[in-house]
Amino acid sequence: MAERIKPAEKFKRERTPMKEQAPLERIKNFKEVPLGYTLEDAIAEAQRCLQCNPAACIAGCPADVRIPQFIDKVIDEDIEGAFLEIKKTNALPAVCGRVCPQEDQCEGACVMEKKGKPIAIGRLERFVADKARELNLKDAEPTRNANTANKKIAIVGAGPAGLACAADLVKLGYDVTIFEALHKAGGVLIYGIPEFRLPKSIVGYEVEKIREMGVKIYTDYVIGYVKKVDDLVEEYDAVFLANGAGAPSFFGIPGENLKGVYSASEYLTRSNLMRAFDFPKYDTPITKGKKVAVVGGGNVAMDAVRTAKRLGADDAIIVYRRSRTEMPARAEEIEHAEAEGIQFELLTNPVKVIGDENGNVKALECVKMELGEPDESGRRRPKEIPGSNFTLDVDVVIIAIGQNANPIVARSATGVETNKWGYFVADEETGKTTHPKVWAGGDIVTGAATVILAVGAGKKAAKSIHETLSS
Amino acid sequence: MAKILKKEQWSESIFSMLIEANEVAKAAQPGQFIILITQESGERIPLTIADASPEEGWVQIVFQVVGKSTYELSLMNEGDNLYSFVGPLGIPSELEKFDGKVIMVGGGIGIAPIHPIAKKLKEMGNHVVSIIGAKTSDLLIMKDKMEKASTELIIATDDGSEGTKGFVNQVLENYLEKEKNVSQSWIIGPPIMMKFTVQSALKYGVKTFVSLNPIMVDGTGMCGACRVTVGGKTKFACVDGPEFDGALVDFDELMSRQRQYVEEEKEAYHMCLNERRA
Ligand SMILES: Cc1cc2nc3c(=O)[nH]c(=O)nc-3n(C[C@H](O)[C@H](O)[C@H](O)COP(=O)(O)OP(=O)(O)OC[C@H]3O[C@@H](n4cnc5c(N)ncnc54)[C@H](O)[C@@H]3O)c2cc1C
Ligand SMILES: Cc1cc2nc3c(=O)[nH]c(=O)nc-3n(C[C@H](O)[C@H](O)[C@H](O)COP(=O)(O)OP(=O)(O)OC[C@H]3O[C@@H](n4cnc5c(N)ncnc54)[C@H](O)[C@@H]3O)c2cc1C
Ligand code: SF4
Ligand code: SF4
Ligand code: FES
Repeated sequence: MAERIKPAEKFKRERTPMKEQAPLERIKNFKEVPLGYTLEDAIAEAQRCLQCNPAACIAGCPADVRIPQFIDKVIDEDIEGAFLEIKKTNALPAVCGRVCPQEDQCEGACVMEKKGKPIAIGRLERFVADKARELNLKDAEPTRNANTANKKIAIVGAGPAGLACAADLVKLGYDVTIFEALHKAGGVLIYGIPEFRLPKSIVGYEVEKIREMGVKIYTDYVIGYVKKVDDLVEEYDAVFLANGAGAPSFFGIPGENLKGVYSASEYLTRSNLMRAFDFPKYDTPITKGKKVAVVGGGNVAMDAVRTAKRLGADDAIIVYRRSRTEMPARAEEIEHAEAEGIQFELLTNPVKVIGDENGNVKALECVKMELGEPDESGRRRPKEIPGSNFTLDVDVVIIAIGQNANPIVARSATGVETNKWGYFVADEETGKTTHPKVWAGGDIVTGAATVILAVGAGKKAAKSIHETLSS
Repeated sequence: MAKILKKEQWSESIFSMLIEANEVAKAAQPGQFIILITQESGERIPLTIADASPEEGWVQIVFQVVGKSTYELSLMNEGDNLYSFVGPLGIPSELEKFDGKVIMVGGGIGIAPIHPIAKKLKEMGNHVVSIIGAKTSDLLIMKDKMEKASTELIIATDDGSEGTKGFVNQVLENYLEKEKNVSQSWIIGPPIMMKFTVQSALKYGVKTFVSLNPIMVDGTGMCGACRVTVGGKTKFACVDGPEFDGALVDFDELMSRQRQYVEEEKEAYHMCLNERRA
């Protein structure tokens, strides 16, 4: 058991770094980049926590993780205690510890942030979850409850929103069923976020734990075709729509249907869900470009470009229409990309994909941009510089400019209002839609956002469903 | 997991299977398809629903072995379980009682998807004229089922080994030369066959529907792999189709895009054949 250190020492001590695979090594494999904390690292980091009460960090976590409580148990090497503390409110700790934008959430709210040294909450959460998995620790048993056991809840989509909602409801004793369109549960966690940031075995494990708590997960089950939301409303006491924002955007520029042009969703789905990086051991192919351009500046673009590099691209290039400061991707992701030798064509927009005589991509025609007046979002609006066109010789182009709402679910849901972009209209605090038996949350309400916001939305909906059904 | 209830080999490369899938069978409508995966390392293979029995809870698929995945599927047997089976997907055909005759043209493996549409149209009281063709008599599938699903059945083979000698588009033209009371047609087969047959139908002013089979991944509108150009606009065949107005389809683009992975497919198929032989 490690000691509690004095406040003065807490302020002095630096954030404990986490070891990473070296850039030149990691671009040759799909293994995770950060290697995780050792027990010593975790204790050293945990000792820095001021154990605030009330704790500002908790307010920054949409999953309400009991942060100081679990951190305190880490100092005592009480992994099980720490794990159960986290699991009280968050069903996906190994996932969240890895992919939450902590700088905007818990760590952004931590009082030590003011000193520029927030507690590495995400890394600690990851450490506890990984250790618990190694030790095969059991979750707390869900409460058996006669009042809730006979109430049936249907959830559409097994992404973070659906899984979080299911976990909270099953803990209250409800009979919960998730319907998932793909052959594996996890949503973007399983098909979108690459293996080197979030190993699929970890997602699989956390999903399995949710299943073990008693949640029924039917994969290969597309709501809108096999059953409509209208049918679910008939058969269940409450329905939670968490089908994500999975429909890729394209520019509509000439040449976009040439062979070698992908949406980021297709490229990443082939590589992650279908494991095309392991072709031909796995059957799904992917075009391994030598020179790959990824258009976009968000996390998805970073994931695609780093995947391209690992698939063997000599040149993997981000093409983004604004400058580096406006890039929406997390700073950490951009830094990782830079370290891996990703090139950046900033203030650049594509105008045309050029093909060869066989219909394969051979170049991307671009135009240079400059930043003009700020737009509604406060970011300076990019404008084309006339006559500045140039071409990049590439053999694969990946479009990573965002997702839209997929209409299949909404089409089958009578009385559930959508907005002009096709997203469900739902109350921010409760997830209630315009239909009294239907709740919605996650990307299908907010548009593409984050894992932890989706988890938060799932939890709010679970709470509201419970309040409604038990009143 | 979905169990293979029945397997039949219809020709050297064409197989039929009945798959146990209760809820899919209940929901399935003509024009829709399923996606299956044979084993954990497999790819997602889209196949049209050739028939379905909501009472007995099965879905029929008819497939041609063209590469590794369809080959591995053909090696599976009655009682085996598929790793994954999802459907029905896609927008069902829009079917009604038409005033004039409806013509169904099926080429090769395309006869399988034509069948449920013909069957339903006939049930609705339509005069259904089916023209089915294949390279040679051995490859001509579902004759009995098509006979039942049609009012008139015309058979053609490229080599004349059965029925009229020649391509289905020529047979269609000959038919339309004599018969003017035609409301609409469905044409399904390899893209090249659809392209020419649509042209033949349009010559006689007959509206056509075709079912497109671009490369797909998820089949639910999530990835855009299946993009096709229809009337100058990009559509996702899995959710906006797979049926489209034949006159508007850019078949050349479809054919080109279908060939994106020829090299990889060859590699995978050869490796797999070698492993199986070893
Ligand atoms: C490449 C990529 C990288 C990202 N990286 C990060 C990151 O590092 N950190 C972060 O916080 N966020 C990240 N995000 C965003 C984050 O993944 C999403 O905001 C989050 O997954 C949304 O969760 P969700 O549950 O609302 O939807 P999803 O995760 O999209 O899950 C929806 C589920 O519903 C299923 N579904 C859809 N339609 C149907 C239907 N008709 N019937 C049944 N099921 C259906 C889908 O198959 C899917 O499994 C990333 C996103 C992408 C695409
Ligand atoms: C909506 C739809 C319905 C279909 N219905 C039938 C059917 O009823 N019977 C039938 O025999 N075939 C059908 N197909 C085609 C069938 O999916 C392909 O033949 C099969 O996927 C080939 O896989 P493979 O590994 O054996 O061959 P491969 O060697 O991988 O490929 C051979 C050719 O098949 C096509 N193909 C490859 N992968 C895919 C994919 N993921 N999706 C679509 N096409 C692909 C390509 O054009 C390729 O060149 C349909 C396709 C679609 C999209
Ligand atoms: S779930 Fe995310 S936001 Fe909450 S404590 Fe963990 S890392 Fe921070
Ligand atoms: S705000 Fe920071 S220092 Fe305070 S309890 Fe939370 S993690 Fe610890
Ligand atoms: S197959 Fe992915 S969108 Fe159609």
